[in-house]
Amino acid sequence: MLGSLDHDLVLNYAQPGESAMGERIIVHGHVLDEEARPVPNALVEVWQANAGGRYRHKKDGYLAPLDPNFGGCGRVITDENGYYAFRTVRPGPYPWPNGVNDWRPSHIHFSLFGSGFAQRLITQMYFEGDPHIPLCPIVNTINDPAAIEMLVAKLDMKHTVPMDARAYRFDIVLRGRRSTLFENRMEGN
Amino acid sequence: MTKLEYLKESPSQTAGPYVHIGCTPNFIGNTGVFTEDLGARMVNAHTKGQRIKVSGHVFDGTGTPLKDAMLEIWQADSEGLFNSPSETRGKADPDFTGWGRQPANLETGEFCFETVKPGPVPFPDGRMQAPHINFWIVARGINIGLNTRMYFPEEEAANEADPVLGRIEHRVRVPTLISKRDGDTYTFDIHIQGENETVFFDI
Repeated sequence: MLGSLDHDLVLNYAQPGESAMGERIIVHGHVLDEEARPVPNALVEVWQANAGGRYRHKKDGYLAPLDPNFGGCGRVITDENGYYAFRTVRPGPYPWPNGVNDWRPSHIHFSLFGSGFAQRLITQMYFEGDPHIPLCPIVNTINDPAAIEMLVAKLDMKHTVPMDARAYRFDIVLRGRRSTLFENRMEGN
Repeated sequence: MTKLEYLKESPSQTAGPYVHIGCTPNFIGNTGVFTEDLGARMVNAHTKGQRIKVSGHVFDGTGTPLKDAMLEIWQADSEGLFNSPSETRGKADPDFTGWGRQPANLETGEFCFETVKPGPVPFPDGRMQAPHINFWIVARGINIGLNTRMYFPEEEAANEADPVLGRIEHRVRVPTLISKRDGDTYTFDIHIQGENETVFFDI
């Protein structure tokens, strides 16, 4: 179902022989459920602004230019251990019309599909050390500092590719695989 | 004392206005990365059952349609079977995906799914549920994905006996989950808040 470059945002929109502009990074981690069991075969869809903070979307009119070699979308399926990884460039922060001078921290949007709609999650990933995180009204819709911390990816030097790309680690927790209104199994799970 | 080592679910954050870039890139003209937007087609020429169209708008508290909403639906096939590895009651129609994803129209906010009318599905306790379609809605300004269900107006007796509709304490709000029918087209308008707020489920 997935194309060979779906998990490589550096190349999947680029002209042959070219690549996206910006800080090259690998984002990787485990998708777990609330009982710390890995969630295999979960679809992870990601989208983001380019290195200058501009989205490839007709409704985004920010001054920063589009990168002709960057589309900003990718997807990957977790392996049997619930592990995923993709390569991209670090997105830039950008202003948005909320308060008079609100800026979004650098962030990557995530959409996750575990097993069934109870494990459906839409969220955003932030970057360790970004001073915009505590200033962001969208981040601050979460009123628990420990929960915010779960959305902040950590610099992971062990998975860095020397002379190529740095790595950020981002683990995600979906709900437990309990029975839901939508599931038709008569037995528990 | 036993310590329970459960993890906490990662918090949800809004889909934002540019959800299309990741979820329906072809819809906004970002072509060449994914051959087709996931969930764009649920049926093909061989799909069994009654073809229906399900359309509507997602309204905010002021009655304004959201133009950047994205909706997903999940439903049984015409025989009441899910196209899922966890389906144990039989084999679902291989020509029906059972899952669809559609963005709201960027100018009008209207969404539209082409699907089939689902058959009834048993509830975990054995009672039958009325035919229904599960909805998941995200948009700018909503911090979480919202879950609800659409039922069919011509299924009065089944709706009356439906165990999920029966759990809704405020009976006056049950009609927010019943679509309106015009031939093979069903209209299901979703109100995020306000006087006609749709019933949403915590699943």
